[in-house]
Amino acid sequence: MSKRKSKETSSVNGECISQVQRILRERFCHQCPNGKLFGVQLQYKHLLELLKRTTVHGESNSALIIGPRGSGKTMLLNHVLKELMEVKQVRENLLQVHLNGLLQTNDKIALKEITRQLQMENVVGDKVFGSFAENLAFLLEALKKGDRDSSCPVLFILDEFDLFVHHKNQTLLYNLFDISQSAQTPVTVIGLTCRQDILELLEKRVKSRFSHRQIYLMNSFDFKQYLRIFKEQLYLPAEFPYKPFIQKWNKNVQSLSEDRTVQEMLQNHFHYSKDLRSLHMLLMLALSSITVSHPFMTGSDLLEASKLCRMDSKANIVHGLSVLEICLIIAMKHLNDVYEGEPFNFQMVYNEFQKFIQRKAHSMYNFEKPVVMKAFEHLLQLELIKPIEGLPVRAQREYVLMKLLLDNNQIMDALQVYPNCPTDVKQWATSSLSWL
Amino acid sequence: MNTRQQCKRIYSWVGRAKSSDQQLKTFQYRGILIKSERSLTEMCILLGEFVLVEGENADQPFVAKLLKLYEDGSQEKHAVVQWFSRITELPLNKRKLLQREVSPQEIFLDKAPGYDTDINVETIIKNVKVIPLAPEEAVPVRSKGKQIFFVKESWDGKCFKPLSPGLLSELKEAEKNKRVGSPSPLTACQVFPSDFICSLKAETDRVTRSTVKTKNIQMEIESRHSASKSSLSKERHSQRVANGINTPGARKKLQLNSPTKSRNKLTGGDVLELLGDDCDALEPSATKRKVTFTKILGSPPKISRTNGESDSPLGIRGDWSKLAETIRIAPYRRGQDSSPKAKNLDGKDDDTWHLNGRNEEEETEERARESRKTTKRAATSKSNSKSDTNLAEEQELMTRSPVVIPRSHRKCVQKTTARIAEQLHFLNISEQDREDDYLPSIDFSDSSSSEEEENMVPCTPKRKMRSSTTLRTPKSLRKPSDITPAKTPRKTPEPRTPKTPQNATPRIPIRNQATEKPANVLEEARLRLHVSTIPGSLPCREEEFQDIYNFVESKLIDGTGGCMYISGVPGTGKTVTVHEVIRCLEQAAENDELPSFQFIEINGMKLTDPHQAYVQILQLLTGQKVTATHAAELLAKLFSTPGPKRKTTVLIVDELDLLWTRKQDVMYNLFDWPTQKQAKLIILAIANTMDLPERIMMNRVASRLGLTRMSFQPYTYKQLQQIISSRLNHIKAFEEDAIQLVSRKVAALSGDARRCLDICRRSTEICEFSSQKSASGLVSMAHVMKAIDEMFSSPYINSIRSASLHEQMFLKAIIAEFRRSGLEEATVQQIYHQHVALCRIEGLQIPTVSEIMAVCSRLGACRFLLVESNNKYLHVRVRLNISQDDVTYALKQE
Repeated sequence: MSKRKSKETSSVNGECISQVQRILRERFCHQCPNGKLFGVQLQYKHLLELLKRTTVHGESNSALIIGPRGSGKTMLLNHVLKELMEVKQVRENLLQVHLNGLLQTNDKIALKEITRQLQMENVVGDKVFGSFAENLAFLLEALKKGDRDSSCPVLFILDEFDLFVHHKNQTLLYNLFDISQSAQTPVTVIGLTCRQDILELLEKRVKSRFSHRQIYLMNSFDFKQYLRIFKEQLYLPAEFPYKPFIQKWNKNVQSLSEDRTVQEMLQNHFHYSKDLRSLHMLLMLALSSITVSHPFMTGSDLLEASKLCRMDSKANIVHGLSVLEICLIIAMKHLNDVYEGEPFNFQMVYNEFQKFIQRKAHSMYNFEKPVVMKAFEHLLQLELIKPIEGLPVRAQREYVLMKLLLDNNQIMDALQVYPNCPTDVKQWATSSLSWL
Repeated sequence: MNTRQQCKRIYSWVGRAKSSDQQLKTFQYRGILIKSERSLTEMCILLGEFVLVEGENADQPFVAKLLKLYEDGSQEKHAVVQWFSRITELPLNKRKLLQREVSPQEIFLDKAPGYDTDINVETIIKNVKVIPLAPEEAVPVRSKGKQIFFVKESWDGKCFKPLSPGLLSELKEAEKNKRVGSPSPLTACQVFPSDFICSLKAETDRVTRSTVKTKNIQMEIESRHSASKSSLSKERHSQRVANGINTPGARKKLQLNSPTKSRNKLTGGDVLELLGDDCDALEPSATKRKVTFTKILGSPPKISRTNGESDSPLGIRGDWSKLAETIRIAPYRRGQDSSPKAKNLDGKDDDTWHLNGRNEEEETEERARESRKTTKRAATSKSNSKSDTNLAEEQELMTRSPVVIPRSHRKCVQKTTARIAEQLHFLNISEQDREDDYLPSIDFSDSSSSEEEENMVPCTPKRKMRSSTTLRTPKSLRKPSDITPAKTPRKTPEPRTPKTPQNATPRIPIRNQATEKPANVLEEARLRLHVSTIPGSLPCREEEFQDIYNFVESKLIDGTGGCMYISGVPGTGKTVTVHEVIRCLEQAAENDELPSFQFIEINGMKLTDPHQAYVQILQLLTGQKVTATHAAELLAKLFSTPGPKRKTTVLIVDELDLLWTRKQDVMYNLFDWPTQKQAKLIILAIANTMDLPERIMMNRVASRLGLTRMSFQPYTYKQLQQIISSRLNHIKAFEEDAIQLVSRKVAALSGDARRCLDICRRSTEICEFSSQKSASGLVSMAHVMKAIDEMFSSPYINSIRSASLHEQMFLKAIIAEFRRSGLEEATVQQIYHQHVALCRIEGLQIPTVSEIMAVCSRLGACRFLLVESNNKYLHVRVRLNISQDDVTYALKQE
């Protein structure tokens, strides 16, 4: 292939690659309702019908969407809402109120937010007037005045529903569910939560008013489907502007999915977590390695990404420690072995370290106590060790009881890859008794 | 508390006993004297006058006519009254019968039975002006004084009737008598004991200072003025005198004028009308003042007699009616020469006018006298002026200016003829705008919103214009007229303060398209099975219904109070039964089988704080909006004082347990009120637990609650079956067995009717989506089973099965660790070791600690595990949130 030709293709690719990156990143990072749903067709239909009835028939309802994090609860809801909004009759009639348990941390804020989003008459601009009690009375009065046939249905979406449960008396939930069970303005209350025990958290009156409609989402697909999802997530859409590139890219994805090492890697990933968000994270890392000179994703990219995902964060910190600090950690490890995980203090660690220096060490310089103390405090700052009950103000620093936040396996693994580790230190690590 | 209650008043009889009944030991009197200690004013009220009587709402006292005053054997002073009702006192549903807007100042002659007409004299606050109107007359839109009422129709508990002509004339007669000065053949001074007159005189002397001194001179001027036949107003006045101050007559005359003004392009008709009303409003206040005036004049009997007897305009009454007359003329004249100058200056006068109105409301007696004095002066000066037009206009100014500019009126008159014309022109504008100012006083009582908030409020265009003009006006007016500076800035913002939350009407937007009607049997059934649908009848709660009904009914008939405690688990129909009872009682009250009552309801869950209960009750009772502590005081007073005209109140307290406070003061008060004699309060308290009184209430609270208890048992399966069938009402949507299955399941679980209906509803949905498969199209057992499964099956097993491999492994490791240690708790580190061991057995890749931590937190988020929330990392303790058996069962299946 001539030099000129290869240059031409690469220039085309420059534009093309950025397009690929844009499209795929959007897919991975946004919970855009344009993406596809996997394995939740039943739930989708259920929710769609429910909301349709609310808007078309003015029927009040309440439902909970329950599923672990990353199982696509919000995505499902967004899809349903998007489809609903395409119907003119619905678009003009439905009022939506979105609340999030992390933002509306008590009923007072939640009420203000509801009032604001409904644009009621005590709202001016973004300000809601009146006290908490007034707002509640106002809102209840407003919802009470409506009826099934003439009022706009209101859709309440409570994200992180479990956090609303902790509000005082569950006033908000009681009132929302009460409205949904009485002949007032038609409302539908949709709660999104990842807690499986959510119903047990509801107060008995609130629970009685909740319709017990639960929509469960639980990544119930096997590895084959997972592999298909992996492909679907990487395929370029047909409306991609660079037609020849689509084919090449999709073919590459197909071959990737058939590659044994990639499959193995995916299988491992699948074993750890089934949710699509972690898959997205993996693909995102792999995607970032794609450049003009490296236009197609390879198996090694994915493997590299997987490695990054699975990295042990604490062990990584250990890699960056000085030899003295490593020695202290080894001393702590020995103390843990001897005292079966009982807490230790600096003096104990220092004594252990002194023993090692005096009897065993050939390469180690005998550091003075303040220096060792400094190293010890550095470990404390890195949170590799932790005082068992806060840092006491009065007690001498040497005698504060500490715990090591590393497992033996982690220490040994870290030592294996530690660059230029003195052999005597390594030996000391493997056996605490060898110096005897 | 209200200031009115705070100042002590002393009540004493006027004159000696008119007649006495030896047997009953009662003495009748012809008047009562009310002496206020604080303000050192005295007020004399005679029979036939209208009075304000203290009611539950301090801002809205009752209106009544004094019929009889007597003292009984036990030295207690009593009064017999004829009640008049404000529109707000009438039942809401009946107000519609009127089919018109009712001004807050209109009252209705109350003929409804059931009100105690015998009241304690001490509840009388003061006398008030009531003007009878013929049926065809409109209620004046605007009146300056707060204490003027108009009566036009009577109310007999069911419908409104215009006042009968006889009654009307009787009322008018009384009115006329009062205007003439002496309500009875005897003159006032003869009745008054001499010492009383002296004290009165001394006091008034002090108060009015110069008034009395200048009186004679004024009289002279007055008479001189009245003698001069040249002025138009004089002419009118004499006409009026001939008419005998009959308002309707005067009005008719005005209407004769209307063709003249209709020539003009201006909306003269309206102006005239409004001005006429204005005049009406002015008159009564004048008369009221006159009454006091007569009293002052009591000591020199000669003058008082002249005043009382003559129909020449010597008295103040004459002066005032004349003034009023000129006001009527004024716009008419203005209309004729409609000066373009006046037109240009739209809205300028607004402020003055407005101020004026407010002043009159708030003016003290003293002030009023002073202004009256100045009015007279104005009238005198007026007679000197040359042109008729100016004369009328000046007069118009004078009626108002004395209040605003008590001293500098002369200068004003001389300088500002042109401005007067403007002012006149803007009367109508201000009239229109005035509606804004007449917001109910309740709206201002809560001054929570600050100035800053006020600015945020969007003004209606009209309002904006007004505010801008008011900003402009004071400047232009202050210079020549020397308005008391303190007043303008203080008062102008007040009526404009837009307290949005209070004024705003709570509502949800109306939907654009109509709801669709149910298309098939299943949809119809679903609609009927919705919990919100109110069934025509309440099956299975007949007994409870009857018990509650009987309880409330007996209390209503007796006119006493009482409490009833109703308990039952959620979804057993407590609230709906109680509401049904109330509905039936209301029906009965409407049919006159029972005394009418007031029904209010509060719900502990719908309150932000237990003490808000007071606020809500008070608001529902009287419409007042006050703070919690104040509301508690007002309610306590309301229920502890004998309310002469109060209906029995039925109060439903739902979710009673949430009204619990540490001191239990809310509950204590709630249950203490009905025990008081005058309270007439029936409380139906609803809560879930049967032993709530014993469990959470202090003894003194529980004891007051009493032992009238009722417990709603959970529904049995037969009852549930009946409920479903009655709701379906012959719609064939369910197989019989399916209904039975639902009822049995729910009855076994909780007996919650809501659950039952929800399951049925869900089954219809399931049936609809799988209707292709089912042959009959009815909801069958299979559908119901599926719905029940969906609702009640534990999600844990399925969730565990669909968890990832390492999540399952982690659960296994936990159980292994628990078995090893024999404890139900382990640290992540321990579990990690187990996990690693398991992985080695399974031949899986060994996970890193970070991965295990991620798995652990994921399981913790779903609450399979209870994870300590701190950053101890490996030493975080973990417990299972589900039983170990469930976990092993779920994991074994694979």
